[in-house]
Formats: sequence, structure tokens, C-alpha cells
Amino acid sequence: MASADTVLKPDFGAARKHFIFTDEHEQLRESIRSYAIKELAPHADEWEETTFPDSVFTRMGELGFLGLDKPEEYGGQGGDYYTAIVLAEEMVHAQCGGLAMGVAVQTDMALPPILAFGTEEQKQEWAVPAIAGTKILALGITEPDAGSDVAGIKTRAVRDGDEYVINGSKTYITNGHRADVIVLVAKTDPDAGHDGITLFLVPMDAPGVILEKKLDKLGMRASDTALMAFQDVRVPASAVLGEVGKGFYHIMWELQSERIAAAAGGVAAAQRVFDQTLKYALERTAFGRQIGKFQVTRHKFAEMATKIEAARQMVYATAWRIGNGEYPVREISMAKLYSSRIAVEVADECIQIHGGAGYMKEYGVERVWRDLRLNRIGAGTDEIMLEVIGRSYGL
Amino acid sequence: MLDAAQTAERRLLPPFTQEHEDLRASIRRFVETELTPYAQRWEDDKWFPDEVFGKLAAHGFLGLKFPEALGGQGGDHLHDAVFTEELARCGSGGLAAGIGAHVGIAAPPVFKFGTDDQHERYLRPAIAGTRIAALGITEPDAGSDVASIRTKATEVDGGWVLNGSKMFITNGVRADFMVTAAKTTAEGGHGGLSFFIVDTDQPGYTAEKIDKLGWDASDTALIALDDVFVPTENLLGGMNEGFKLIMANFQWERLLMALGAVAAMQHAFDRTLRFALERTAFGRPIGTFQVTRHKFAEMATSIEAGRTLTYHALRLFHEGHDATREVTMAKLVTQRAAFELMDECLQIHGGAGYMREYGVERWARDARLGPIGGGTDEIMKEILGRQMGL
Repeated sequence: MASADTVLKPDFGAARKHFIFTDEHEQLRESIRSYAIKELAPHADEWEETTFPDSVFTRMGELGFLGLDKPEEYGGQGGDYYTAIVLAEEMVHAQCGGLAMGVAVQTDMALPPILAFGTEEQKQEWAVPAIAGTKILALGITEPDAGSDVAGIKTRAVRDGDEYVINGSKTYITNGHRADVIVLVAKTDPDAGHDGITLFLVPMDAPGVILEKKLDKLGMRASDTALMAFQDVRVPASAVLGEVGKGFYHIMWELQSERIAAAAGGVAAAQRVFDQTLKYALERTAFGRQIGKFQVTRHKFAEMATKIEAARQMVYATAWRIGNGEYPVREISMAKLYSSRIAVEVADECIQIHGGAGYMKEYGVERVWRDLRLNRIGAGTDEIMLEVIGRSYGL
Repeated sequence: MLDAAQTAERRLLPPFTQEHEDLRASIRRFVETELTPYAQRWEDDKWFPDEVFGKLAAHGFLGLKFPEALGGQGGDHLHDAVFTEELARCGSGGLAAGIGAHVGIAAPPVFKFGTDDQHERYLRPAIAGTRIAALGITEPDAGSDVASIRTKATEVDGGWVLNGSKMFITNGVRADFMVTAAKTTAEGGHGGLSFFIVDTDQPGYTAEKIDKLGWDASDTALIALDDVFVPTENLLGGMNEGFKLIMANFQWERLLMALGAVAAMQHAFDRTLRFALERTAFGRPIGTFQVTRHKFAEMATSIEAGRTLTYHALRLFHEGHDATREVTMAKLVTQRAAFELMDECLQIHGGAGYMREYGVERWARDARLGPIGGGTDEIMKEILGRQMGL
């Protein structure tokens, strides 16, 4: 009988690894995992209280982890899209969801539009140091009155000579306090709906950028999450990222591929807490036997493993489509929906199997549930995913 | 339609290639012209004619994965996978089951473990559609617990005589031969069972048809074996190796069930989607109500999860890996999902869904077997849990 370790590794044995991955991906996987276990996980408890330090970015920049799938000319590693999946998966070994999220905002959310639509000057100013880890990025979409309904944002940017004047507020902004620059979504033509939205690169030290609050959260506590206001913030016209009026379309595609990286992270987090719980169930005894040997518990593990594998295969198949240059919005939404749900279910079941210990902070299991609970809300809620999928059928 | 447009832009998910799509198109045409139009009648008759096998054979569909030397097409498991997917669209679970029992579960052990002589006498005519096959493992007192088989083979001059009974045997009444397992030692069990090919025209073989919740068109039988003679040359595989051989075929059977369920789900989804866009209530197509839209989104997601997991298992199996874990998971996920989805399709159809005329209630009845047949959901979880050392 195979031991738990051999059966449960995400890719057990090179011969059976998923076809999107090569040996190089596996080597990368090992190196990120060992970094996360050695340099991050030991501090996870502390960082839950204090948020993680900026030095994580510089260290990851040194190691090349912030630019895995970014072009070499800007300091990246020039890898394929699947390297971003590997990063998302292996960062779960930091056991610190907030940290992984802070890094993902940099690598998967804020950097892509700069690299895709930025001028050479903007790339040199922001992308190069962001990949090196010396500058930190945030992305500002959500507002107090507009979340998934991006067209409903109210932040205004008004042209004034060679400058734009920005007013409005943004909330739930990851990296908000530590960021050097924010990729800001603002309205340049309030009457034009989706066509009236423009992206700006706004330095966080610009006069009028006000950090109002560090938001306290259910989970992801190692990340810093901001409510911020923009009061008559002046930026030069050269701060426009991409085309005026095209901001909505600029961010939509990258939000799609970001959803799959996030989904991969969710599945990997579920796998990690599953592994931890399996070990516990084989050690912990009750009524004279290991609790994992009770049939009910055995079936719980079978159910969880099946859900995790189904989610993983959806994510990989969809990542493969993205890697091929397809635009599989429907499949992305399905994978995001399914993996978020099962990750939360698995985390909750793992608390249950741990019993009282699961409820205690010491074991870190309750934190996994608290962190993963965001997956069903962030980057498009479950309900938004269902809308997107349903509408793709003409409904 | 948007669906079609979206699908057109999609690459084929491995392990499938364009070659398989060409085969798919030709099987689909056959199913649409030769099977679907008669599905309702055969369901009402609780029987489909034996000639179906001959028609399938004329197109080469019964020998897709078998060598050309035996009259097959020289393909592999992937071709059979396509056949299974397309067959699931015929609208009659029982019809698909009858054909599947012949091609997918009874013929493979004859091919894999049979002698040249057995290939000639049984496999060649099975591929030609002239001899129909059944697999007889389950007994009244031994289902998933295969080791408890009680049917006994007693050695006699020139062979054996079999005594016992077999239960829930698909094609049991119509079969010309049955691949079956019996005890060849007093204790039976893992090391004491052997595989035999039984000619059903032998005296002492009687089959009694059983009425079911669904799968009406399939012929499901309780079989009594009363001193049924089996000649020496009909021992299939090694003596006392029956248990191993039974287990060997389970992976493929379960994979076929998963493939069939995913295809049946997609078919039901497509038809229900059409219904929801045509049927109006309160002044609009019912599919445009948000609740209904989300039902479709849920169903589509469930299909995609089942499909990606099943194709992953199929790919591993096809490449020759031990895919027990993935096949078991795929079987578990898809069978339950299919029943839930068929029930939801019934719900969306409302009163029409409850009427026999639309065939929707049949989808639900047929799908209910999934979590039971080929190893129950509970057995799947036992296998998975034990693999983890639990």
C-alpha cells in the first residue's frame, strides 16, 4: 500500500504529471516550495499579526520569483504562463494566505497591464523595479459603491491642460499601504459606460492620496488592505496607462488569467491542509484507533481528495487553453467557481476532523478556512461567476 | 448559438485529436439515424432487437479497439471512449448499457486473457455482431464483495459443471455466451475463483428478466446455473486467477461509465437549454430568469469538472499508468453528478419533464443506476480511502 506521501503529492512521479508541465516546471516548483517552507512559513504566525514585511518582495525579486512569466528584457525569467500557476501553487507552503495574495497582486494583477499597455518609460519606471522587488504595486478597482459592477465606479479623472485631476475613493485595496504606485481605474467620461474608463499609474506619494484605514479582516490578515481616498490628485497625462477610454477592456483579460492562478492557489491550499489533516488523522486516536481508520472519516478523505482532483484538472485544462491563446471565459469562470467552493469546503471539513484542535489557532487549520473564504468573494463572487457562465449560453 | 460558437474556438482536450472527431461524427450519424428514433419504442417494449448488434458491427463499431486480424478496426481505448460518449446520446440508458456490456465489459477479458481458439470462437463473432456477450460476476449474495462468489465449478470429464446463480446480468437473456466467475476451490475468494466462458445454449442455463427503475430497454437477468457444462477449453485465463482478472477489467468499465455519464449530461444539458430558451412563462423565456440561468451555470460547471477529471483519468489509463485513483474519482464524481443534473433538467422542464413523452424522466431514472453499478459510490470511497492508508 502506497504511503500517504507518495499518493497525495500533486504530481506523483514525473511520468504522470499533467501535460502542461515540464521538468523545468517541476524544478521551479521545488525551489519555490523550499523557499516558502524555509523563509516564509516560520514567520507566518507573526506576520498574521503584523502583516508581512516589504523585504519579502525584495527577496522574491532576488530569487526571480516575481517575474517568472515576464519578459527577460524587463528583468523577468521569460517563462510561460504555467510558471505563474506553479508560483500560485507553491506559495501555499508559506501557510500565509495574505502573503501569497500580496505577492499575487503584484505579479498577476498590477504588472500585466503595465507590461501589456505601458509605454517604454512606464515599464522602465514601474515594471522593472516591480519585477526586481524594489517597488510594490497595487491595483485599484473596487470602490465603496462598486465591486463586481466595474462600470459603476465613480472615481473621476478630469483632464486639465497636460494633467488629470483625480477624485474618488477605492477600497479593499491589497498592498494599499505599502504600495509605491497604484494602477487606478477611473472614469474619464462618465457618460460612456465601459468606454469611459481609463487606467492611470498614480504614485502613492502624490499629494492628495490619502490612506484612510487599514481594514481588519476575517482572514488574509498578513496582507495589508486599504481604504483610500483621492482628493484633487494631479498626475501628468503621461500617467495614463494604455488608451484613454480603453481601461475597462485593458483590465478585463488579465483579470481572467488571474482568476485561474488564484484558482490554482486555492486548490493547492486545499491540498496542503488536506495533507496536514491526513497526517493528523493517522496520528490522533479515539476509541482505541486512529480516527482516520473510522469508515466515516475515511470517506470524508475520499470525498475531499476527489473534489480537489476534479478542481485541479479543471484548472489545468483551463490554464492549458489560456496557454494556447484561447479566450476561455466560460471555463475560467467554472474553474474559479468550482475550486473556490471546494477549497472552502475542504478547509471546513479539515477543521471538523481536527475537532477542538481545529478550532484552536495553534494548528493553523482554522486560518486556512478563514483565508480561503475570500476565494468565493474576491476576483468575482461565486454569483458573478454563475452569471458569466449562464450568460455564455445566451441566457 | 453562442454555445456552438464558443465550442468551435476550443481546442480538443487531450487525449483526443481530430482523428477521434471524425470517428465521432460518423458514430453520431449512426446513433441519430439508427438508434435515437427507436429509443422510445424499445423502452416501451423493454427490449431492443438483437439486430442492433449486427448494424453496429457492419460499421465496425463493435471492434474499434480490437485487432484487424480478428475483424476489428485496430484502434485503441480512445476510439472506444468516443463510441461510448456518442452512444450515451441515444437517449436510452438501457440500450447503451446492452451495447456497452457486450463491447466494453464482456469482450475485453476474452481478448486480453483468451487463447487464439477462444478469440476465434467468441471474440471474432462478438466483433461481427453474430454472437452476443454478457459478463456474469454479481450474485444474489455477492455484489461489490466479489470474493464472496458462491457459484461453484466442479471438475468433470472434459471440463466442469457450474452450479449457482448470477444476478443483474446485462444481456443475460439474449446472450450467446457469458463470461463468468466461479469457485474452483472449496474456499473460493481471492485465490480460489476462475473465469469461464459459458455457452448459454447449454442445458441448465436459464435466464429470467428483471424489471427495473430505469434502463428499461436493457435485458437484465437473474441467471440460474444448474449443472451447466463448460468444456476444458473454455477456462479463461489461469486457473484460480479469476479474482485478478475481474479486477483488471474494472478500471475500464468504470472509465466507460464516467465517459458515458459526462456525455449523457452534456446531451441532457443541451436539450434542456433549448427548451429553456423556447419555453416562455411570465412573458419571457424561462432560461432568462436569473435562478434558471444559475441552474444552467451550476450544471455546466458540474459537467466540466466531470469531463476534465475523466479525460485526465482516461489519458493516464491510455498511457499505461495505474490510474486506479483517478478512475475511481472520475467514476465517483460523474455518477452522482449525472443523477443530480438529470433531476435538475427534469425540474426545469416542469410538468413536461414528468411526462414520458419528453424522455426527460427517463434520463433521471436511467442515471440513478450510476452511483450503484460498476461499484457503488461507497465502494469508490473505500478504495480511495484505503489508498491513502486509511
